Amino acid sequence: MTASISEKDVSNKNVNKVGLEKADYKGLPTTLCQGCGHNSISSQIIAACYEMSIKPERIVKLSGIGCSSKSPTYFLNRSQGFNSLHGRMPSIATGAVLANRSVKAIGVSGDGDTASIGIGQFIHMLRRNVPMVYIIENNGVYGLTKGQFSATADKGQVLKKIGVNPFMPVDVCMEALIANCGFVARSFAGDPKQVKELLKAALSFKGTAVVDIISPCVTFNNRGESTKSYTWGKAHEYPLHDVTWVPKRDEIQVDYKPGEVTEVDMHDGSTLVFKKLEQDYNPRDRMAALQMLEETCCGGVLVTGLIFINEEQAPLPDIEEMVETPLVHLTEEVLRPSKESLEQVMEAFR
Amino acid sequence: MTETRTAPREKIDAMKSKEAIVNELSMVVATVNGSGSQTSNLAIIRSLFRMGIPVSGKNLFPSNIQGLPTWFTIRASSEGYTARRDRVEILVAMNPATFKEDLRDLVSGGVCFYDDRFTIPQERSDIVYYPMPVRALVKEMDPPKELRDYIANMAYVGVVAKMLGIEMEEIRGALMTHFQSKQSAVDLNMRMIQAAASWAEKNLSKQDPYRIERIDQTQDLLLIDGNTASALGAIYGGVGFAAWYPITPASSLADALEEYLPQLRKDEETGKATYVVIQAEDELAAIGMAVGAGWAGARSMTSTSGPGISLMAEFAGLAFFAEIPIVVWDVQRMGPSTGLPTRTSQADILFVRFLGHGDTKQVMLLPGSIAECFEFGWRAFDLAERLQTPIFVLSDLDLGMNLWMSEKFTYPSQPFDRGKILTAEDLDRIGEFARYRDVDGDGITYRTLPGTDHPLAAYFTRGTGHTEKAVYSESADDWDFNFDRIIRKLETARDMLPRPMISTDEDARIGLIAYGSTDPAIREARDRLKMEDISTDYLRIRSVPFAPKVGTFIREHDIVYVLEMNTDGQMHKLLQLEVPDQAAKLISLTHNNGLPLSARWVVEAILAHEGG
Repeated sequence: MTASISEKDVSNKNVNKVGLEKADYKGLPTTLCQGCGHNSISSQIIAACYEMSIKPERIVKLSGIGCSSKSPTYFLNRSQGFNSLHGRMPSIATGAVLANRSVKAIGVSGDGDTASIGIGQFIHMLRRNVPMVYIIENNGVYGLTKGQFSATADKGQVLKKIGVNPFMPVDVCMEALIANCGFVARSFAGDPKQVKELLKAALSFKGTAVVDIISPCVTFNNRGESTKSYTWGKAHEYPLHDVTWVPKRDEIQVDYKPGEVTEVDMHDGSTLVFKKLEQDYNPRDRMAALQMLEETCCGGVLVTGLIFINEEQAPLPDIEEMVETPLVHLTEEVLRPSKESLEQVMEAFR
Repeated sequence: MTETRTAPREKIDAMKSKEAIVNELSMVVATVNGSGSQTSNLAIIRSLFRMGIPVSGKNLFPSNIQGLPTWFTIRASSEGYTARRDRVEILVAMNPATFKEDLRDLVSGGVCFYDDRFTIPQERSDIVYYPMPVRALVKEMDPPKELRDYIANMAYVGVVAKMLGIEMEEIRGALMTHFQSKQSAVDLNMRMIQAAASWAEKNLSKQDPYRIERIDQTQDLLLIDGNTASALGAIYGGVGFAAWYPITPASSLADALEEYLPQLRKDEETGKATYVVIQAEDELAAIGMAVGAGWAGARSMTSTSGPGISLMAEFAGLAFFAEIPIVVWDVQRMGPSTGLPTRTSQADILFVRFLGHGDTKQVMLLPGSIAECFEFGWRAFDLAERLQTPIFVLSDLDLGMNLWMSEKFTYPSQPFDRGKILTAEDLDRIGEFARYRDVDGDGITYRTLPGTDHPLAAYFTRGTGHTEKAVYSESADDWDFNFDRIIRKLETARDMLPRPMISTDEDARIGLIAYGSTDPAIREARDRLKMEDISTDYLRIRSVPFAPKVGTFIREHDIVYVLEMNTDGQMHKLLQLEVPDQAAKLISLTHNNGLPLSARWVVEAILAHEGG
């Protein structure tokens, strides 16, 4: 067997709370380029799910089309997967989580899949607050079709084959905020620790959690001047805070000075702990989040962290007032109304 | 599947004499759309139906909210013929803009009820005129201002009822149905109807031969539109998930889901919904959601019309290739692009059959009656889950939106068929799982549902080439192996789909093949052809891929006319592909101008061919 990103961690023989080893969360060997940011994200998805003790059978992994969308094959072999159509994964997710509200959906998309062909479905998924983690593996470029600009590429950026990009980028986090998304995070594939904590937070969120991860394309867009490159990201990452996800029942161990941390209680009983870094940042202030993104968009920094959280918004199955039992578990007795009811209905057409 | 025929009788010519013509007429109510005439028209047609007279009602309406001409046509026929007629005996003229044109279509000896503010043109002195003092009646009654237009339209109901002999109590009953027994609304409308009827009694004398008399031919029948029947069928088929995007003429199908699901499918204890209906942002998302829900294991559907089908093409191909059960209703409308969105057609046959790029072949059901809209409504879920493929149900605007008589719906005769699904217990027992392995030799493989709590349950659903175990593969052998099996599955489907309906006559050398909403016109035409000593056998297609019987029927006849409402003879082409050795005897007769087929057109088209 060829070496895969997921196998690096097999040495850990500890089992988690559902009795699984980390190896139980791995996927098939990756076929993406060596060093691709997406592989690093796959590893963190594996780590997050393992550490959170989520049974992989409870997860569905969904994707559209593109390099990013191939990656669900490379994690969680024991989860059902659906590699669907370009830009249309949100609709698949919407149907799947409504049909079975007990599954946890992890969607993996890219910048082309989300910000170009899929921008419409992206916005409407957010508007409906479809319960899912929506990861954007954002590298500013089309990889599978060999290096065209995507809609998140910087204005003025130069690519060898294509030339200069004359258009302003789409900021997917800003779009998410405007669409009233209750969980908007940005991270960097070169900061795996933060990626993992943000993924855990996203997995604890009850509505749509958008995690935009700058994930360098080593083949087509990794030159130092590109804001989607490893070099640039490492040099310019500006975390808003140090975020830690703390599971239910675990006491928060570390002593912080008053005012140094803020906590957010998640719906599932877990807690997000934000440790203040250089500046105060309040992730509950939507307008401040928008302003921050506006001010930093072309400001030579890669702002990362949980940009916004509002855990009060009802997710779609609650908005639709659906029964708690997943629709797929309802029996024929429930799903097919009685013969008498049909007679009654027909009376009205006499 | 075979029916016997009764001897035909013809009464149409009797119109020319002055003897009473009873329960045999076509009426057109010409109004302006948005003027609130729908309730009035429904009151007339439903009261006729309640008097035991076979009827059909077709609304020829514009793609517009207010101000353009609309014609509601009612056919009453004691012989039970319900197809569209292109002759009109009774005109109710409420639209000054089309008055002259409407009069032109009236038969000699016909009747014109008209708003007395209109001027009668000189050229039609061969018809009977009855003025209606609509404005004066409204003034006298003085209804609430916001209801004035609606009430004004009730004036013609009263006058027409009086002059033709429609019973007041049945009009009241019809309004009770319409207003769901809301007594005050019924009373208000009845006041105008009765005032108008009294006026007519005092001021008009009967000069025409048309009469309505109570008979008993609608016992145990319903008067209902196809979209409502389709939605009810889906509900009794256990629909869990529906997504849709507004489009004429399919919207009323989703509307009916939204109307009846809360009544029929709320959890008794909690009052929560055991279903979900999502109005999507477009048809692309609608089918995407339906695919997601079907994949996850819910009985899942979407409903749309031609332009929506265009947008659904990519997902239709994915669902076909990844083998995901969904039901797609296509309520067909007229023309390419926006076309004539409020007119009917059967022109999506070829497009839907091959919807999706590559070698996609879709399974289609073709309901030809309201009862079949209901039946296919539930049966489509069984077929989709059994075959693990999209099931397209092709209705059309005429069937979907117009009022038809129907047999009472038969409660589903069999329990749900959820198809080949492996549970965690099954996987424990079997010890392995390959999503696309043809274990039973019928081309249909086993699937697991997301959330199945077993380490072997997962597989990767994809639109890319794959192995038996659903692993990505570009191998030529894997491709052939998998695709050959899918083709085998479609062969299996032939025996599971609704069989054709066949009606035979003695010694017929001519076969007729049709499908969908043209059925009433074909039946009536056969009776008329019989009077010309032309015997025909008739096969109505109800599904594609075709049942073996279809080929047999073609072989057994010297000539087979394929009648349909599209320009290119789309079903004719599919049949020629099915039985290429018989292609020469298949004659395509097509009618495609947005109007439902009439028996006269069918008879003339066949006579023209037979004579030549």
